[in-house]
Parts: sequence; structure tokens; C-alpha cells
Amino acid sequence: MSLLGLFSQLMAIVAALLLAPLLSGWVNQWRARLQNKSAPGLLQPYRVLRKLFHKESVLAEQASTLFRLVPYVSFGCMVLACAIVPTLSTDLPLSPAADAMALVGLFALARVFVSLAAMDVGTAFGGLGARRDMLVGFLAEPALLMVLFCASMISKSTSLTTIVETLAHRELAIYPSLLVAGVAFTMVSLAENARVPVDNPETHLELTMIHEALILEYSGRHLALLEWAASLKLFAYSCIGLALFFPWGVAEADAPLALIMALPVLVIKLAIGGVLLALVETLSAKMRIFRVPEFLATAFLLAVIGLLVNILLGVG
Amino acid sequence: MSALLAPSGWVHLDWVLLVVVVWLLIGAAGALALRRLRLVATLLFPLSALCSLVLLLVAFDAASSVPEVAVLPIGLPQLPFHLRLDGLSAFFLLLIGGVSAGVSAFAAGYFRKGEGTPPGLICLEYHVFLASIAMVVMADDAYVFMVVWETMALSSFFLVMANHRIPDIRRAAYLYILIAHIGALGILLCFGVLQANTGDYTFANMRAQQLSPFWASVAFVLALFGFGAKAGILPLHVWLPEAHPAAPSPFSALMSAVMLKIALYGLLRVSFDLLQTRIWWWGVLLMAIGLASALFGVVFSTVQVEMKRLLAYSSIENVGLMCAGFGLALLFSAYGMTGPAALALTAALYHVLSHGFFKSLLFCSTGAVLHATGERSLGKLGGLIRYTPWVAWSTLVGVLACAGLPPLGGFVAEWLLLQSFLFTTGLPSSFLNMLVPVVAALIALVAALSGYTMVKYFGVIFLGQPREEKLAQAHDAGFWERTGMLWLVAGCVVLGLMPNQIIALIRPVTLLLVSGAMPQAGSGAGWLLVPVDAQRASYAPAIFLLGVLASCALAYLLVRRLYHGRTRRAPPWDCGFALQTPRMQDSAEGFGQPIRQIFEPMFRMTRELPSPFDAEPSYRVTVEDPMWYTLYLPLAAFVERLSRLVGRLQQGRIAVYLLYSFLTLIVVLLVVKQ
Repeated sequence: MSLLGLFSQLMAIVAALLLAPLLSGWVNQWRARLQNKSAPGLLQPYRVLRKLFHKESVLAEQASTLFRLVPYVSFGCMVLACAIVPTLSTDLPLSPAADAMALVGLFALARVFVSLAAMDVGTAFGGLGARRDMLVGFLAEPALLMVLFCASMISKSTSLTTIVETLAHRELAIYPSLLVAGVAFTMVSLAENARVPVDNPETHLELTMIHEALILEYSGRHLALLEWAASLKLFAYSCIGLALFFPWGVAEADAPLALIMALPVLVIKLAIGGVLLALVETLSAKMRIFRVPEFLATAFLLAVIGLLVNILLGVG
Repeated sequence: MSALLAPSGWVHLDWVLLVVVVWLLIGAAGALALRRLRLVATLLFPLSALCSLVLLLVAFDAASSVPEVAVLPIGLPQLPFHLRLDGLSAFFLLLIGGVSAGVSAFAAGYFRKGEGTPPGLICLEYHVFLASIAMVVMADDAYVFMVVWETMALSSFFLVMANHRIPDIRRAAYLYILIAHIGALGILLCFGVLQANTGDYTFANMRAQQLSPFWASVAFVLALFGFGAKAGILPLHVWLPEAHPAAPSPFSALMSAVMLKIALYGLLRVSFDLLQTRIWWWGVLLMAIGLASALFGVVFSTVQVEMKRLLAYSSIENVGLMCAGFGLALLFSAYGMTGPAALALTAALYHVLSHGFFKSLLFCSTGAVLHATGERSLGKLGGLIRYTPWVAWSTLVGVLACAGLPPLGGFVAEWLLLQSFLFTTGLPSSFLNMLVPVVAALIALVAALSGYTMVKYFGVIFLGQPREEKLAQAHDAGFWERTGMLWLVAGCVVLGLMPNQIIALIRPVTLLLVSGAMPQAGSGAGWLLVPVDAQRASYAPAIFLLGVLASCALAYLLVRRLYHGRTRRAPPWDCGFALQTPRMQDSAEGFGQPIRQIFEPMFRMTRELPSPFDAEPSYRVTVEDPMWYTLYLPLAAFVERLSRLVGRLQQGRIAVYLLYSFLTLIVVLLVVKQ
């Protein structure tokens, strides 16, 4: 573990913590613009966080300790997730501790805890949200795993840093398997981050909400942590996408200069990705909840097809 | 055996035999003190747990030592008991010792006065069962194997029957013993094939035989059938969801966590040790059956509304995953790829251990819930985390492990299994290569679905508001129950956080069975699990946990320091609905509804919908196993028809029987003359 590695690890975490709400703000802003609404400021998510942290937390009378614990667990999981995804550099001391599969497990861990917390108070909507979120999760997780497997087959490794290094150093050629996996990944990330065809992050419409139903009973600092965790999750997913499909510009070991360059590159990549996300959200309509399994099953099958293509063409 | 007289020269085998003997003595003591609950609970069961600990230590030590053999001069005159303790046996003894230590401690606090079978008798059956499973894994000839195997089946039959006054329980026990015996027939025939007409039934002789591929395949399929019936793989699983809920909870725990694995032990012993040839399609068959069981089990467990039934289906799922791992190891091994074979085998054996701990923990939790509330239907529970915090928090650990979440044991096994699937591109057959992504995808799907099931299990029982008023009087687990559960929790945590130390115990087994092993962890990287090399993949659960905990703690400190810790209690918000009752929570049926809808073709479902004019509208949905109707009932009808045909021979008149003997005589004479 080098000093530079430690530095880049710290920088990755700090960058994630700071950039994640900004990314959410950027996506919201563009979505509003594309929908001909007047857009909120770019810093709106920070203001919301500040407001929530200052407020007192109102807990339901019957809420148990688990309920109070979950925001921290969810936040902790997402911070670790952002720490192991190569965002700025592949020289990450924490990276050997968790590979691509452990990353999927980490997301699952956070999801299970948040769902359990939603069931804890025992309201009608809490259980509903938990059920729906687990429904999205049980199809989205294997699909994400299969997408990561596609990349693993090419790089012969499930370590995220090795994947990024291999993919960044190959010749500029289009892998058919990665193309299919890319479509699958986009679908999965829309579902996992509660984005429009699956869920609408802006509404509190009782019958359709998923993510909002989960965190309905939270307020104050707990809600702030959960919202922050949600934006960290969006950030982590965007970075996984960038790492798998546009891995260029990420610094490697013993390259201090590249590390300085990596931050602006990442911001530019994220900015473009955020606009595209807003565009997708504007162009598509929210699905009925019963259609979501079909949507996710499609993503899952696409990812498996990606793997099959990989083996058929022998690119691995 | 002279070693028995001189304790200083004792080998591991003697210690295991000592534990077996003490277990039998404890059982006998229980039989003498039939109705003295206090004696059984406060002395005999804790003593038995102590024996389990001894067994655990012995097995721990025996895992890496040389195989030991012994011949016991009991049994029939020409057929002494051959025993052998090698790496594979030691590994399974480790499982038996580790799990039964917790379960016996739990059982000490579990049994109450006036429930079905008297406690002393349960104590006897329980310890005969424990002793027989310990003997099964040490058996070194077919004769002793069958004797102890049947002892295990019979003692477990009586334990399932503990509450024999309930007709459903009698029915479940009958189904169990029926399928166990059909399976035993398969095993017996398998040994018959393996000895290859030599008449010598010792395992050493079977190892020496070179069977032709045809007869080897026959032996493998018979073993798969026989041991599969006991392990509960498809389509011989029907007894499992009946027998597990019928048995008392500590015993369901042992059955699910240990007995199913003993069946897998038999399968391993025959297919990897006794059979010298390995054919690739065995692996594919085992993998296919395993995956089918896994998917079937997990889908059915999500829609169950009875807590032990839910866990029983989850056991089918987990055994299926283990079989998939064994199948993959067999496949690799048939193509001579020892490294990947060892990896797949390690993954499956790891799952054997971790499933042993988390599933027994979960079954113990159902027992504790049953005692606290008297309810076993999920629809009548809820909110228990407030009344039984000990049970709830230890169950949470089991639930996370069962859902295959890091950093607990279940995840390590799944991680290793998926890692071994990435090697299949090295297989020489392109057909098999194509199969792999599908298999890996199915495993990932099963793992994710088990998360769904476990959220349902924990959420409906322990979270939310109590669905019945009497739940507010629920009392937490007692001292012995707590001790047992905490021991199992510790097992789950150790299995999760110390994978390298556990894999070191599995190494001798993989060396024995596929003559390969996972690379040993480097001296500096004791916490880093590296299946092949660090470039390829690595996982460090301890650092993982530390990372999550550190971020949690930091977040907590910062939030409290920078802002404040003000909290107010208020009625729940729930989008402003004022009139809330606990009945408005998601029920167990409701939680399973999406799965019911998605996997509808797999179920046999009957729905009764209310009509708009009903004064008291009611909705009922029942989900049943279609295999019962498409396979078992027709089979039963066929057997019945057949026996009716045979029955026509029985005329009941002496003249007819004389005619039969006359005809037989003529036929025999004809045959002899030729």
C-alpha cells in the first residue's frame, strides 16, 4: 500500500461524497429544462441536505432500534461502494477487499436493510414499498452481476480495478458482448436508482412509488442520510457504467499527474452521462408496476445473451 | 482397539467413539428418567452439548491428520464394523459437532412439560440420532453404513413423530419414512453394484474395483437416487416441507442443518471416493438437478405462509446449490481440471458448513418464536423485535447469512461458486461452455430470490406491529435457548469473517477427492481470500465489514457532532392516513404475491375470490406443489392398481394355493431339466 494509493483512495471517497449530490442536482436541472420547467439551482440537493440535518428527527412511536440504525448502514454501504469502484484511480488499497461480486452484495445488503426498516413501523405503505423494492432487486441484482461477468470474461478477473485497467488498454474495438451488456446495464441502473420508467423520484403518488414508500417514515437527519445514500448510489452506478464502457482517463498506480487529470475527466464524463439520463427519463413514460418484472427480465436476458455472445465469439 | 485401554495413545477415532458412547449413555439416562424434565433439561442436554464441543475439537484436529482405521468386534460374526476417519469424515464431524453443540444447548431450554412424547424419550431418540450420524460418516463398509444409516432414519422418524397426537404429523412422519426407505433401497443396490461380484463389502475393496463405464454410471445414478431422497433434491423433496414443520424445532434444525448434509456426504463418498471413474455427464446431471431444486425451492419458499415450511423450502434451495457445486466439481474433475474442481468443491463444502449454522439458527428462532407466542403462521405474528429482542437480533444474523449477503458465511460460498463458474471457458466442449452462463445466471437469480424470502421471513415475524393482541405478552428466550442461538450466531460470523482459516480445513478434503486444492493464503494476506491469484479476484470480508462499520461510525459521529441528536416520537406518518390498524400491514401472502404472479406456471394455485355481494367477504389462495399431483399421486394410484392385480392371486382358498405350488414345481422342474 503506497502513500499515493492511500491518497487516491481518500480522494475517491471525498470526491464521491461531494460530487454525488451535485450529480443528482445536475440530472434534476436538466430534466426540468427538457420538460420546459424552470430548473432548480445546481446546489439544491446540498440545501436540502443542510435543511434536513438541522431538523429534528421524528420517529414513529413503535419504531425499533433497527429503524434508527438503517440510515447509517445504508450510508456506510454506499460510501464503501463508492470507495471500491475505480472512479479516479485504479490504485485503490480498499479494492482487493471487495471485487465486482462483493460490490453487488454490498448493494444487496443496503437494499435488504432499507426494506427491513420500511417494514419496521408497520404501516401499509412501508410493507408495500419493501415488497416492491425487493421485487426490483431480485431481478436487477443478477442482471447487474451478469453485466459485470461479461466484463470479467474479457479481462479474466472479477476485480474491478483489473477490469478497468484491461479495458482501458485494449485496442479501440467494439465488443458485441459489451454492447448488449451496456443496454442491460442501462436498464438495470434505471431500475436500481428509482428512475422514470420504473419509479419516479419526484412523486409521492401512493400507488406507484417504490423508493419514496421505503423512506416514508424517515425525517430529519435519518432522511438526509438516506437521500445522500441514494445519490451516492446513483454516483456509484454511473461510475460503474463509465468504468465498464468508457474506462479511459482513470489514473493508474505510480501516475500522480494522471490523478490530477482524472478529476476533470470524471466530471465531464458524469456531466454528459447526467444529461443523457435526464433525456431518457424525459422521453420514457412511467410503467405500471406489473410491467416492471418484464422490463427487468429483459435486462437479465440481455445480460445473459451478452455472456453467451462473449463465449460464442471467443473474445474472452 | 488396545488403544482404548491406554488413553495416552488415543487417536482421534477413539475420541469420536467415546463421544458416541457418551451420547448413547445420555440417551439411556434419559430413557430411565422419562418424565423428569428438569433433569433432562438442566443436566443431560447441556452435557450433550459439551460432548459436541469435544467432537468439534477432535474433528478440528483430525481434519489434516492421516486417515485412521479401526475394526470393532461388534455386529455379525463374520462382519465386524469397519471404521475409518479421513479428511472427508472429519469435515462432516466438524459440522455435526459445531451445529449440534448449539442445537443441544438450545434444546436444553426448549422442551416443556406435557407436550407429546415425554422429554426423556425425546432425549433418547435425539442422542441415538446424533450417535448414528456420527457413525455414518465413519463407516468403512457397506454393512455398518446401512445399519447406522437406518438407525438414523428410524430415530429421526420417531423425533418427527414427537407430537404424535396430531394426525397431520403422523402423516408427515409416514411420508418421511416411506421416502427414506425407498432411498435406502437405492443405496443398498448402489453398494451391490460397487462391490462388483467380489462379495466383499468393505469400502477399501470397492475403491479397488475398476468398474466399466456402464456399471459405474448405474452405481452413480443409484447413489444419486438413494442419497438424493434423503437430501431432498427434486423430485424426491416432498417429505421435506412436511417433516420439518412436524418435528420439534431443535430437531428440525438438526435435520435440515446436519441430516441433509449427511446424505450429501454419502453422495460425495460414492461419486468421488469409491468410484474410480468419472464421466462428464454425471456432473451435468447433478448440476441440472441441483439447479432445478434450487430454483424450485426458493420460489416455493417465497410464497409460504408457515415459518418452518418456508425454511424447509429454503433448505431444498440450499441443498440444490450445493449439488450444483458438486456437479461442477465432478465435471471439472472428469476433464482433469483439478484446480477449478477443487475450487467448486471448496465452494460447495463451504456452503455445507455455513448452511449448517445459519439454517439451524433460523430453525431455533422458529422454536423460540413458537414458545413465545404459540403461533407458527406468519400471518399471526409481527413486531416481535420489541418483545423478544434476543431472538430477533440473533435471527437477523441468520437471515443475512441465509440471504447470501456479505460479510457473512453464505456470501463466501456463493462467491466461490460463481468464481469457479468463470473457469468453465476452459472446458474442452463448446456445448458445456454455452451452458455455463445460463447456470451462473440461475445461481445469481436464486441467491437474489433468497434475499427476498429472508426479508419476508424476518420482516413479517419480527418487524411491524403485532398482528394479534396476545403477542404483546411474548417473552424472550431463556438462558439455554439464548446460549444455543448465540453459539450458532458466532458460527455464522466466524464463517463469514475467516474464510481462509475455514478453507484450510477443507483443503484435505479436496486433496482427497479431486487431488487438487485452492492455493494457500500467503503469510501476509491472511485476511484476503484469493481463489486463484490476486489479479483475478480477491475478497476480504473482515476489511469489508470494517469499511462499512467505519463509515457508519464516522457518519454517526459527524452527524451528532456537527448537528444534534434531537429526536421526537410521534404517530407514524403513512401519507397522512389516520386510521391505522396492524391488519393493514402487508401480510405474508401479500409479500409473496409478486413472486406468485411471476412464477405462476410453477405453482398449482387455487383462488377463492369474494363476490361483491358477500356480507363477510373472504379471500383465500392456496399454493401447492404441482409435483404432488403430477408425479406422486399418479404413482401411488399406479402402485395401488398393481397391488390390486397382485391381490387377485390371493384367493384365500387352499386349493388355489396348492395349484400355485404345483405350477411352480413344474416350472422349476422344466428349468432344472434344461
